[in-house]
Amino acid sequence: MSNVSVDAKDSALSETQPDNTRRRFLTVATSVVGAVGVGGAAVPFVTSWNPSAKAKAAGADVEVDISAIEPGQLIRVMWRSKPVWIVRRTPETLAGLADHEDILRDPNSEAEQQPAFAKNRYRSLKEEYLILVGICTHLGCSPQYLKDGAFEEAVEGVPDGFFCPCHGSKFDMAGRVFQSVPAPLNLVVPPYQFVDDTTVIIGSEAEAV
Amino acid sequence: MRKLIIALAFLLPGAVFAAGGNVHLDKAPVDLTDKASLQRGAKIFMNYCLGCHSMQYQRYQRTFSDLGIPDELGQEYLQFTGEKVTDYITRSMPEDNAATWFGAAPPDLTLVNRVRGSDWIYTYLRSFYVDESRPFGVNNAVFKDVGMPHVLQPLQGTPRLTHEETMIDGEMKEQFVGIKTDGDGALSTEEYDQAVADLVNFLAYSGEPFRLQSESIGKWVLVFIIVLFFFVFLLKKEYWKEVH
Amino acid sequence: MNAFLNWIEERIPMMRVANMHAIQYPAPRNMNFWYVFGFLATIVLVNQIVTGIWLTMNYNPTAEGAFFSVEYIMREVDFGWIIRYMHSTGASAFFIVVYMHMFRGMIYGSYQKPRELLWVFGMFIYLALMAEAFMGYVLPWGQMSYWGAQVIVSLFSAIPVIGPDLVIWIQGDYVISGATLNRFFALHVIALPLVIVILVFLHIIALHEVGSNNPDGVAIKHKKGSLSESEKTPYEIHEYYTSKYDIADDVVPFFPHIVLKDLVAFSVFLFVFCYIMFFAPEMGGKFLEHPNFEIANPLKTPEHIFPVWYFTPFYAILKAVPDKLFGVIAMFGAIAALFALPWLDRGRVKSWRYRCGLHKVNLLVFAAVFVFLGYLGGTPQENWKIIASQIATVFYFGFFVALFLYSKNEKTKPVPARIPK
Repeated sequence: MSNVSVDAKDSALSETQPDNTRRRFLTVATSVVGAVGVGGAAVPFVTSWNPSAKAKAAGADVEVDISAIEPGQLIRVMWRSKPVWIVRRTPETLAGLADHEDILRDPNSEAEQQPAFAKNRYRSLKEEYLILVGICTHLGCSPQYLKDGAFEEAVEGVPDGFFCPCHGSKFDMAGRVFQSVPAPLNLVVPPYQFVDDTTVIIGSEAEAV
Repeated sequence: MRKLIIALAFLLPGAVFAAGGNVHLDKAPVDLTDKASLQRGAKIFMNYCLGCHSMQYQRYQRTFSDLGIPDELGQEYLQFTGEKVTDYITRSMPEDNAATWFGAAPPDLTLVNRVRGSDWIYTYLRSFYVDESRPFGVNNAVFKDVGMPHVLQPLQGTPRLTHEETMIDGEMKEQFVGIKTDGDGALSTEEYDQAVADLVNFLAYSGEPFRLQSESIGKWVLVFIIVLFFFVFLLKKEYWKEVH
Repeated sequence: MNAFLNWIEERIPMMRVANMHAIQYPAPRNMNFWYVFGFLATIVLVNQIVTGIWLTMNYNPTAEGAFFSVEYIMREVDFGWIIRYMHSTGASAFFIVVYMHMFRGMIYGSYQKPRELLWVFGMFIYLALMAEAFMGYVLPWGQMSYWGAQVIVSLFSAIPVIGPDLVIWIQGDYVISGATLNRFFALHVIALPLVIVILVFLHIIALHEVGSNNPDGVAIKHKKGSLSESEKTPYEIHEYYTSKYDIADDVVPFFPHIVLKDLVAFSVFLFVFCYIMFFAPEMGGKFLEHPNFEIANPLKTPEHIFPVWYFTPFYAILKAVPDKLFGVIAMFGAIAALFALPWLDRGRVKSWRYRCGLHKVNLLVFAAVFVFLGYLGGTPQENWKIIASQIATVFYFGFFVALFLYSKNEKTKPVPARIPK
């Protein structure tokens, strides 16, 4: 009900002299109430596209026992239906992280790809454990873990790392992306916290003390 | 005793024993806002029903949060099947065994309240009586020859049909007066009725877990429609006043 | 802005069509509350389509997953229960408004010349709607879904020779099965809604060609040149109508007058609709039948099987006839008789206001019999109901026979030339 047509009608009936102010007020008021109604009716339809209660439950925090991971080993867990890697890095690997920073795109993790606690060289809460969302920041493939010198083929002088088979993106053992590959950003570090020395919860950070 | 009961079954004046839907049903005191009752009902369900009956369309977590129970407490005191609080409330008994043990697989109870109605369940659970001719030694006045044991007997005590001889039309007739227990249950009659009421309340909840939400949204929707009517009506009047 | 609108208008005549069929469509000013149900039916159709689309987003059309997915929608999807109840309540609401709409047509003679095809298109909508509702009721895959489908599909086995094979062909299996569910789903969500929307479109085109009837059954369109200027309507009516006819001062434009009247009715309707939806969606087991909350079990028939309430009058006719084939014939005959109504009524006067007393009685008896048949078809079988439904069936068909007989030489009251002030 636009005012234009109301005016048109008024002019057609000018001989009956309708009360224009009242008519206009009621038209506007009814339209507003009607619009509120349509908006309200749309709410269930819009919100029903959110993840369902079940999907949310499935996306809840995941508790992982990490006591059995051997040095150099990578385990995968599902969190929100995404692969999350947990790697126990050896002291040599940790020491090596500083050696190739000149060929990394974002060695200091300036981009917001990690919780604040992981904005360091190791991109982790505890140096030993690297926890990453295993999805390439280029187009969503899951990179491979190449270790014990297998990564040398991709980047000379770096023995371990992650290599994306889709478009050849390369990441080091802190999930930092190398230069001149398609992926623009470092791998994402999910929020996580350690409950004790051998248990980690993926999905939420410890509350600030 | 057995013969007497069978004879009784035929003598009973219509009320309790009539087959099908003609049974007199007691009114179940359902109150979905009574969280304490729902919690007690959930506890009875998890302890006594879930062994055989599932509630497979409902998840623990949803149930706990709707009933105002923290997840940890719920998992500790109410969750005996499933691993995670996000799991569906499934029974522990395998499907094949169920059919062998009871003749038919015990039905899922998520929606039983919408199938049977709360009055039926409330009366049914208070109408078991001893009948040695049945495989489980009990029969039910509401659901004749039901293939379900009286799992709440430890609470109720041993229920027996009772009757009195009364003078009707100049003849002594056996008049059914109800079901009385031997008093060997953990609960008194009133307490048992309350326990069943709590359980029925919980089943009423599980049938439509969004019932309260629906009614609280519904109230505002209706108020809004009245406002809408008011404006539309006035606008219609305004336009039609010149039409004669 | 105007230039842009003109640019569009020159290429596709949106405004012209809107003016012609909605804004400047001449509607008789004496249309009473019986005339709101067409509008309401359109609203409900939109509701069914929108909520239906949303339901398919989470519904799983397999025998294994259908029942679960409906409960998933009710419990896990945000506000899924609102969408589902809008759809289930809408199904019943659809039939309520359609039955009112049809009865309106009957009392005011809206099926008579020149509106025969309008009525026939309407009947086709009704038929498609019944098929749509039946198939939709199968989808939740509860006990009533299953056994209702079993009974209705078995009707086709009454057809001589090909019957049994036809049933198997419809089912796609030797019983109602996942294959049946799948094809019913496809028909319910795509095929029949398309058919209904197209039929509704044709229904409206046919209506606007012949014009709306009214409670007095008086024509509002007069021969060109037969009315003086003062007798013509002061409202702006689209030239599509004014170029062919003189439109009497008996009309109001569809917009805003009729739309506002319809909106008043709509808000009353919406109040009732929302009350049921939020507070009593099962409507005492009529809109959502209790046994349908139990998953389909091919080994166990529910104690009583009824179709949903809107089919029960015809179901009662089916049961009233003791022979299977003739029962099915009688049932389809009951619908066919409605199709033939424009030709069974040989009267010249449209509205019951100006027709004989017998006609009024006949219409009211017909309405009462229809409701009574609905009651008989929707409650458990008892002995007295068999004879009662037979009598009611005779009355049902008696309406058409009597109408055919008395309408030939009916004593009618004089019909005014113009809508009475």
